[in-house]
Amino acid sequence: MQLNNMMTVDGVPVRIEGERNLLEVISKVGTIMPVFCYHSYLSIYGACRMCMVEDDRGRLMAACSTLPEAGMKIRTNTGRLRRYRRNILELLLAEHCRDCTTCGNSGKCKLQDLAAQFGIKDIRFPNSRVNLAGDSSSPCIVREPGKCILCGDCVRECNEVQHVGAIDFAHRGSKATISTAFDIPLAESPCVGCGQCAAACPTGAIIVRDDTRKVWDMIDDPETFVTCEIAPAVRVGIGRELGLNISENAVGLIVAALHRMGFDEVYDTSTGADLTVIEEAGEFVERVQKGENIPLFTSCCPAWVQFVEKKYPEFLPNLSTARSPMSMFAAVIKEIYKDKLPEGKKRHYHVALMPCTAKKFEAKRGEFVTEMGPNTDDVITTQELIKMIKESGIIFKELEPESVDMPFGTMSGAGMIFGVTGGVTEAVLRKIASDNSRTTLAEIAYTGVRGMDSVKEADIPFGDKTLKIAVVSGLGNAEGLLKKIKSGEAHYDLIEVMACPGGCISGAGQPYISHRHRSKRGEGLYRADRVSTIKRSQDNPLMKELYEGVMKGKVHELLHVDYVKKG
Amino acid sequence: MTRLMSRQDLQNLRNVCQQALSLETKKILVCGGTGCVAGGSLDIYARLKAMMEERGIPVSVELAHEPHDESVGLKKSGCHGFCEMGPLVRVEPQGWLYTKVKLDDCQEIVEKTIMNGECVERLAYKQNGEIYRKQEEIPFYAKQHRVVLEHCGHINATSVLDYLAVGGYQALEKALFDMSAGEILDEVSESNLRGRGGGGFPAGRKWKSCARQKETPRYIVCNGDEGDPGAFMDRSVMEGDPHRLIEGMIIAGIAIGSSEGYIYVRAEYPLAVERLRMAIAQAEEIGLLGDDILGTGFSFHMHINRGAGAFVCGEGSALTASIEGKRGMPRVKPPRTVEHGLFDKPTNLNNVETYANVPMIITKGAQWYKSIGPENSPGTKAFALTGNINNTGLIEVPMGTTLREVIFDIGGGMRGGGKFKAVQIGGPSGGCLTEKELDIPLDFDSLKKVGAMIGSGGLVVMDDKTCMVEVARFFMNFTQNESCGKCVPCREGTKRMLEILERIVAGQGRDGDIELLEELADTISNTALCGLGKTAPSPVISTIKNFRSEYEAHIYEKRCPAGACSKLRRFVIDPEKCKGCSKCARNCPVNAITGVVKKPFTINQDKCIKCGACKTNCAFDAVREEA
Repeated sequence: MQLNNMMTVDGVPVRIEGERNLLEVISKVGTIMPVFCYHSYLSIYGACRMCMVEDDRGRLMAACSTLPEAGMKIRTNTGRLRRYRRNILELLLAEHCRDCTTCGNSGKCKLQDLAAQFGIKDIRFPNSRVNLAGDSSSPCIVREPGKCILCGDCVRECNEVQHVGAIDFAHRGSKATISTAFDIPLAESPCVGCGQCAAACPTGAIIVRDDTRKVWDMIDDPETFVTCEIAPAVRVGIGRELGLNISENAVGLIVAALHRMGFDEVYDTSTGADLTVIEEAGEFVERVQKGENIPLFTSCCPAWVQFVEKKYPEFLPNLSTARSPMSMFAAVIKEIYKDKLPEGKKRHYHVALMPCTAKKFEAKRGEFVTEMGPNTDDVITTQELIKMIKESGIIFKELEPESVDMPFGTMSGAGMIFGVTGGVTEAVLRKIASDNSRTTLAEIAYTGVRGMDSVKEADIPFGDKTLKIAVVSGLGNAEGLLKKIKSGEAHYDLIEVMACPGGCISGAGQPYISHRHRSKRGEGLYRADRVSTIKRSQDNPLMKELYEGVMKGKVHELLHVDYVKKG
Repeated sequence: MTRLMSRQDLQNLRNVCQQALSLETKKILVCGGTGCVAGGSLDIYARLKAMMEERGIPVSVELAHEPHDESVGLKKSGCHGFCEMGPLVRVEPQGWLYTKVKLDDCQEIVEKTIMNGECVERLAYKQNGEIYRKQEEIPFYAKQHRVVLEHCGHINATSVLDYLAVGGYQALEKALFDMSAGEILDEVSESNLRGRGGGGFPAGRKWKSCARQKETPRYIVCNGDEGDPGAFMDRSVMEGDPHRLIEGMIIAGIAIGSSEGYIYVRAEYPLAVERLRMAIAQAEEIGLLGDDILGTGFSFHMHINRGAGAFVCGEGSALTASIEGKRGMPRVKPPRTVEHGLFDKPTNLNNVETYANVPMIITKGAQWYKSIGPENSPGTKAFALTGNINNTGLIEVPMGTTLREVIFDIGGGMRGGGKFKAVQIGGPSGGCLTEKELDIPLDFDSLKKVGAMIGSGGLVVMDDKTCMVEVARFFMNFTQNESCGKCVPCREGTKRMLEILERIVAGQGRDGDIELLEELADTISNTALCGLGKTAPSPVISTIKNFRSEYEAHIYEKRCPAGACSKLRRFVIDPEKCKGCSKCARNCPVNAITGVVKKPFTINQDKCIKCGACKTNCAFDAVREEA
């Protein structure tokens, strides 16, 4: 009977095991098909036509959108197919910007890769690329339509995964473009800055905004005191591009690199996360007791906050007023150095290293700007940090790890797992749990908050109540929950939302990672937690010091924010 | 009007209407099709009405319930198809057809024809010196066989009563009361009706496959997004006999088990939309649409969706996306539309002409239907006949009629004595056929064998003054503009093909261009996502195949053999004939002509912009155009 579900790919027999399309079957024989518009987690679009295959009767079909059938005999690489693929690439290149050397996505571009693989040398058509105006209105991402190949990955990411709907196709034929509604600037569109479009873009048509130049200038300025904080997810996202294992915790190397590049002091956003846990847990307990503004939504994720502001303002009161770890830490460190800058320094410049494009927007929010300027002066994504490291000539993997600086160099494991979906919830649960025994911690870990599932639910006993908790990543999934709550179909007490599927580890500021490998980064953070001596935020000795020191009487001013309905 | 609650009610009303119609012997039918309306037919209608009323002639606009034989029916009919001769006015009972009627003719029509029963001969159609008074005798009509278009031009297109009077909704009655859903499906399958939208897929098979789907609701969708340049078969049905389409769709609903129908009409057909709206409202009013039709418990509701002017929305999945309010882009298949169509539900999608065939099949039976045309492509097909022939317009012939009959008998041969060169069939997705293929029967399979397709039924006849490279460029320009922009081969490939064709007709063609066109055509037709893209290169492929030498003349000799490409025109002054008057030089807008007075002038070919002003202005016929 086994023969019934066999087919051959380039002569190699392969069993069909419920694959949704020929691409999945082909990948099992170790052949990589050229594709632009196929992502296993998005709907099948079938537009690039690069994955055409040929069957034994000479019929052509797109592998991405053809169901495998027993008895099929397909070839993936015939003369005809190669000719068509080369023609398609040539057609794309004729219309495309070919200034690869100055492109922000050079080296990571699929079009560049495939053009090289297929040896495209001559383009027989005039280069008729229209110099379409770019859009750099967003603080998070930059659009360069002249580099767009209209694969639609960004559109599906924005609409299917994130339910944001900021961009879609406009016009038709060779005039087709990707556009916001009525071509308004991205910054004025429903875009929330999550950057998942940029992560999906195979070319340089949507890239993360590069803010590194200003940071270099500040480092170079002897009168500027430059501090830096490293977000949890960055340490497990940076490694692979710099020669480490995929999920290796590289925080020590990052600190070393930053010191060598010239940052004056380097800290860990996990410390800020400890503050967030304490504030948010307190707020949660208070709201549960008062029964006010339940469910409580976490508000660490700036893309999520914008999503609520732009699409569901009626839920603004449900957002936690506790600032994100980045904004808490930045406010505190700015406060600390306000009156006591080191000798010879005239100003303080604080940079946050984030896995996230939306953080660039958060840093600029009026709520986090004081008369001295923004608390976070600049946000640099992991991708930009990699560029800076490479620019410095530092051989990253050969650095000796260093620890973050004192006096703000202690953090808990709870703060570190913020970078993965479920981490914030787990940290809050550790805070409100009755004890810190190993069993309790293990119990919390296994309540169902861990894992890469997009929606996770857990029931947590709390006093005489049972708290209903949901952990969701991906804005589309979050919207699903919002709708259920609105209709009364579901009730929750606490909902953790991260805009990016899997949490910050798959933030758009990180080097691109396939969905398959996302969990690896999460495991890296859980490993870091396992080896940390302090597990709970409230056990971080620095907390007491801060609450009784610099933050005394200023807790609300420094650590909280009210997101209010605009307009 | 009262709502019909039973079969008896329907039969009673039909009897009343039939009686009224039989008493209404004198009738003037003013064509209310788009072509004639554009020619002013509505003003003619109003003038006739006013004049008749002035003279005390009883005018009946609607079918009266209590008719008297003195009154003259004045109706707005659907398209007669002979649009070139419009505005058209048909006179009954004589069957006369007045052509190119003007407002000033109204008085004569009223006084001579209506009051005295005389024919206004000067308005009758003339061909080769012969006068054809009766519509059916005109060669254009004589060879036609009208089934789908039988009522177009003959009944009041805005009244359900007129439709009932000619036997309308009989098929629905039969389907509701005398047949099971399975029997309807079998009858349609047995008739071998094939989809008239282009592909010729057997309608019965599609219906059955949709009826088999487990999921509900199922939808009946009609493709009225007729977008081929020059094609207007479906428009004529929607404008001229809208109830026929509605009836066909309701029957499909009964057979497939659907209670929702959508008609997708291009927005460029405002009159069709208006007539359909009117027809749906009337059918709802008398209870032939809506809940519990004729007390059978079967409900069917109909909706009209207007397309926003995109050719690609005629593609099934783009069409359903457009109805759903999304961007009209084809999606990958499977799943097929019958499985996951409109709103992701099982959907039966046919075009207007296909549904319009259904009532006749149900009433007269599959055997009758199969008696028309060849066995594998039975029935008739409507074609829009245009180009360099004498009689252009809308025709309907049995499948299997040859091109020669269509062009030379119905179409009246080439206009202005030109020589037949080719006929483009199937619109921008089709190809051209030449002299040697004139005797091929027009049916799905025979055309497929020669690499052409019926498509939706556009026929553009071309004479020897037509440049085939330019024809290919025209169609490529159309598809490029209408490409949705989704898949790379169609979006970018057609753009490049157009670019190459443009440079060839402009005299900038290069060695290798024909081969590059062929290579692109091969890539596009094999890799494009949807039918529009896959067939986009067809006009180029077929013109290269049949007229390669014309391409070569453009590229290598910078010459257009048909003399049609303006950029390749070449004007020369015959020194023998030139008197040196300098008039040509003075009229040349770019000072390309120089010379000394009283001596022959010359044209600088590098400066010349081929406008022809010199030729027009030469009093001695000394300027010659070289092909």
